[in-house]
Amino acid sequence: MDAYITKIKAISERLLKDGTVEAVIGFREGTLPTMSEPCFIKRSDDVKDLVWNANCRINLANYLTNRKEKIAIVAKGCDSRNIVNHIIENKIKRDQLFIIGVPCKGMNDKDTGALQDNCATCTHRNPVIYDELAGDLVEEQTGVDKYADVKKVEAMTTDEKWAFFNNLYASCTRCYACRNACPLCYCPTCFVDESKPQWVGKGEDPIDVRTYHFLRAYHCAGRCTDCGSCEAACPQNIKVRQLTKKLEKDCAELFGWEAGLTLDKRPPLDTFSIDDPNDFIK
Amino acid sequence: MKNLMEHMGVEPGRLQFSWISSAEATKFVDVVKQVTEKVKELGPNEKFIKKTVKVA
Ligand code: SF4
Ligand code: SF4
Repeated sequence: MDAYITKIKAISERLLKDGTVEAVIGFREGTLPTMSEPCFIKRSDDVKDLVWNANCRINLANYLTNRKEKIAIVAKGCDSRNIVNHIIENKIKRDQLFIIGVPCKGMNDKDTGALQDNCATCTHRNPVIYDELAGDLVEEQTGVDKYADVKKVEAMTTDEKWAFFNNLYASCTRCYACRNACPLCYCPTCFVDESKPQWVGKGEDPIDVRTYHFLRAYHCAGRCTDCGSCEAACPQNIKVRQLTKKLEKDCAELFGWEAGLTLDKRPPLDTFSIDDPNDFIK
Repeated sequence: MKNLMEHMGVEPGRLQFSWISSAEATKFVDVVKQVTEKVKELGPNEKFIKKTVKVA
């Protein structure tokens, strides 16, 4: 980690000094313990504020949306996959970016300090796209079962499933931290904030809460990289990845798709192929 | 969509999809019949429905 940060600082300082970029997006010490916070560094003197540790959970691709200037960004494996998403979805141009890749061995859970759930089963620790690396590539994990928890739910009866999700979301306050932390959620007006028409009630009625979570997840279908930013941001510690992971699994099984790995292929939900599975249509 | 609805505990059969052209009258009738049957079997939707306060 120390070697990483020395390298990140050196690269950032160089890029800011020679004018390659106008800003560096990275992490600095947060105001709470065990929480590093995202920051924009615009002057080479401020590079000293950058940090790198196991609390850099938030996905930095989130801060690239519609930026116009040239930017350097510190990217773990998952961040780099969301950068790929952003480029594919025309939210940023590749030539605006200088990607400082950080091979990652996982972030720590903000409460338990153990390896974060999604990191424990991550198979893309190395950045998939980068201009310069802050350290040597790490070995990828193999043989992990990414979907053990999804399978558990799949095996339940309909009523058990309903109860499971009621329970899961029971303490949700609709603060939308999960949405805001997600790089995929960049719509100028989110469906939950619309009032004409109002698609979904804004209170804590369990059906409204569920509708919110269901639709949030669905909007991430074929795009979610399981970066865990949403879960890390939730003040109520709700396992909000349960639904996005089911979609990730479906995308892998139905379309052989994993999000954010290549710039050359369109995501499954925005292309038509004659082999698309359609057994659900009668 | 269907998979995810069912994953979170909506009964299979509650949500159904079909593709019917405006010229396929018989298919339309058949599908409506099938959907009605299936949904009657499931009974009224007790889950994914918002209970609002009734003001008489
Ligand atoms: S929905 Fe997926 S991409 Fe978005 S923050 Fe959560 S894990 Fe990351
Ligand atoms: S961050 Fe947690 S409490 Fe806030 S809306 Fe998301 S799930 Fe609910």
